[in-house]
Amino acid sequence: MATAEAKRPPSRLLFEGPEWDFEKLRRVYDAIEEIALNELGLSIYPNQIEVITSEQMLDAYASIGLPLMYRHWSFGKRFAREEALYRHGLQGLAYEIVINSSPCISYIMEENSMAMQTLVTAHAAFGHNHFFKNNYLFRQWTDATGILDYLTFARDFVTHAEEHYGVEAVERCLDAAHALMNHGVHRYARPPKLNLEEERQRQEDRRKHFEESYDDIWRTALIGEKPDEDPQGKAKLRAEVRRKLGLPEENLLYFLEKRAPRLEPWQRELVRVVRHISQYFYPQKQTRLMNEGCATFVHYEILTRLHEKGLISDGVFLEAVHSHTSVIFQPDYDDPRYNGLNPYALGFAMMRDIKRICLEPDDEDREWFPEIAGNKDPYGTLRHAWANYRDESFVLQYLSPRLIRDFRLFKVVDEEGADALVVKDIHDGRGYREIRRALSRHYDLARHDPDIQIRDVDFVGDRCLVLSHAVHDGILLDEPSCRAVLEHLGELWRYGIRLEEIDATTDRVLKTHEVPARL
Amino acid sequence: MNIIDRRPNPKGKSLANRQRFIDRARGEVKKALSDALKRRKVGESEGGEKVSIPSRGIVEPTFHRSGQGGRRDYVVPGNKKFVVGDRIERPPSGDAGGRGSASPEDGGEQDAFEFVLSKEEFLNLFFEDLELPDLVKTRIKESEATQLARAGFSVAGTPANLNIVRTMRNSLARRISLHRPTRSEIEAIERQVAAALAADDDESAEQGKLDLEKALRRTRRVAYIDPVDVRYNRFERIPRPNTQAVMFCLMDVSGSMTEAMKDLAKRFFLLLHVFLTRRYKTVQIVFIRHTSNAQEVDEDTFFHSRETGGTIVSTALEEMMRIVRERYSPDNWNIYAAQASDGDNYTEDSDRCSQLLGNEILPITQYFAYIEVGAEATLRHGFPSPPTDLWRTYGQIAAQHRNFAMRKVADQTQIFPVFHELFAKHRENA
Repeated sequence: MATAEAKRPPSRLLFEGPEWDFEKLRRVYDAIEEIALNELGLSIYPNQIEVITSEQMLDAYASIGLPLMYRHWSFGKRFAREEALYRHGLQGLAYEIVINSSPCISYIMEENSMAMQTLVTAHAAFGHNHFFKNNYLFRQWTDATGILDYLTFARDFVTHAEEHYGVEAVERCLDAAHALMNHGVHRYARPPKLNLEEERQRQEDRRKHFEESYDDIWRTALIGEKPDEDPQGKAKLRAEVRRKLGLPEENLLYFLEKRAPRLEPWQRELVRVVRHISQYFYPQKQTRLMNEGCATFVHYEILTRLHEKGLISDGVFLEAVHSHTSVIFQPDYDDPRYNGLNPYALGFAMMRDIKRICLEPDDEDREWFPEIAGNKDPYGTLRHAWANYRDESFVLQYLSPRLIRDFRLFKVVDEEGADALVVKDIHDGRGYREIRRALSRHYDLARHDPDIQIRDVDFVGDRCLVLSHAVHDGILLDEPSCRAVLEHLGELWRYGIRLEEIDATTDRVLKTHEVPARL
Repeated sequence: MNIIDRRPNPKGKSLANRQRFIDRARGEVKKALSDALKRRKVGESEGGEKVSIPSRGIVEPTFHRSGQGGRRDYVVPGNKKFVVGDRIERPPSGDAGGRGSASPEDGGEQDAFEFVLSKEEFLNLFFEDLELPDLVKTRIKESEATQLARAGFSVAGTPANLNIVRTMRNSLARRISLHRPTRSEIEAIERQVAAALAADDDESAEQGKLDLEKALRRTRRVAYIDPVDVRYNRFERIPRPNTQAVMFCLMDVSGSMTEAMKDLAKRFFLLLHVFLTRRYKTVQIVFIRHTSNAQEVDEDTFFHSRETGGTIVSTALEEMMRIVRERYSPDNWNIYAAQASDGDNYTEDSDRCSQLLGNEILPITQYFAYIEVGAEATLRHGFPSPPTDLWRTYGQIAAQHRNFAMRKVADQTQIFPVFHELFAKHRENA
């Protein structure tokens, strides 16, 4: 026995057995880092890996993945639901949560085996981390270094407001702001980066300003109301005030924060907090497919390389691959497990496909992707894609005919009034482009969230706020939830509100919702 | 790269939010609870409760597009047989194909929201507006026990209570402020002297010796620990309310008590027990069953064995008094009693009962509840039954004593309402 062992080449394995410890984690991390930086060419924020228990994972779920959050019942609701699902075994917990911050914090669960910890480290601490650091949306829209400070500020501010103005009043205001959260982002202009000091200062200034003055717009607007004013002058004044108010405005929370006539300064600040958090998550919503695809691709490549180098055993590799395959499982549309396209599956498949196109292109690829086919630089190509696309444009650019065939994608159209759904396109020569275009539109948030704008304010009359919903494809807003959201909006605006649903192509008003003023 | 072990961090970061959520949904949670209670056994209330509440009041609405109408397209995987132009029957219920869109709409509201209440949350809601009757407290106060509690520090005390941390802190502060040389400073001077001597530098050696002497003198003058530094932990005796209770369950087990009646009684006893457990650290239970004589038994025997014989209630009351005298001095125990019976009693015994209750038992018990089970069963025939012997007797007692209550219970669903009525916070004392 002893001689046989001596003959065997020295084992290069980083670890053996399923149990993990901090020493192993560190060894594995170093080996992964070596591959990620030198072979894949990733560029990452410094990493911070935190080991947590399943209960702490549930806590993290409840505060939408952020390490700290202000208090609100809705987080408790989320917690109660997740906990119930978990306790009844209906749902497992994520193996990890990763936070877009610098240092990039990855939570990993203590229940994971060492093989899973390896996978999760590669997935979160390198895959997601690289994406957060390099993708243009995150670079433009979020501030990884400032977010934790800002959250601390937000939490303290909410606590402070609760002490001063009562839990109930704060809750009412937050409820209302949460209802409008999806409409609290700047979609086109870049927001300035968060700076904690400025943020505090600005809040202080705002308080002082409100103590010293009152809103200028409303004063000039009301002066303008003279019965014998000529109509032309009135129209001019109207245009002038609209310009001053910055209308039309699609960021509802921003408008309320700046312009709502009857909000207290602390309420404006609460609206701002919610708006910032919404803005922070906006890039994540637009890049789910790419983000998960990138992380999955990275862990797959890294695990394969670790195995090839003999650093992990066959058993570990198989365990990781087993988990990997269940993550990228895509059931067919008629499967009871079907729940939309799995972003892990599609994202990973597209990135593998790009690698294939770069290395072993066929004629079809050369025709469809002349600029990358056979360029022999798969990682460089992918890094470029990760940095410069979001889901919508990524699909539009890189979804290949081969993948459409592999997934057997097809497009169905459901038209109101028709007695059946019609298959419009399938995976054939004529269908590729149309399927690609249609799928890309599904990933376009601007088309997914209803397009709602503040169009006008009746500033000379009853201060009624006029919103418009641009109706595409004849799909109106869901009536009960729309009503509920408008009630919340009324809580902040406090005067009358009218929401008109206007057909985007014909400008015809299809439906009007109204909420009376609260005086 | 950092690896941080967060596991020791405090758990339950979400508890505050969870509490807020439950507060918000309180009305609906309570309703769901009372529905759930009707179905299940009270004996199970030890565990948590799964409740399902309508999502009204806890919805988080957002603007989203309606699931109906208009023109929409879906890109879905797994085409097996379709070619362009194929028509697919619209799936029933207007559900867009059972296929979901490629990016499912958020904010779709579930009709019901299901989650699990912990045992504590459950009991809090369950007994929310109930309170132990605030009776006979005056006498209980006299016999309150006391316990020692920390009450800051004092400058005098026994050595056993010396607070070393405080003492040393004061000592350190004093030593610093009075410039008492530290050991290392003295050693430094000594080294200097030694170095000077070794270098034959007499002048600095002399100077060093002077410094050293000065330092040592100062050390002697400024004590390391001075009496003014010393602090002792101070304790105070504070009165402590009694935190132990004993609960007597008295039940008639004669042949006239059916299993159903016993079951009702059992439910009431269990409820009372859970309720007392919430208020007192320790609650002991004594089971006394009686026919024409009474004996203390264990729980199983109490509920499950049957006896034959007449019914003499006073024997149970006597047995209870005997046990109180032997084991549960009213000075140390809060005494509760619940009696269940079908109301039968040996007619001559009634006087004895009311005497025992009025003169001996009620003065020492916190609360005595009498439940007459199955008493209204005869109503079904259209005639209210005449009050039973025991009911008449106890009726007179109830009029005189505030810590005595009596109710009739005919079926399971009345148990909780009756219990609620007995212990409701602002109940009117008859």
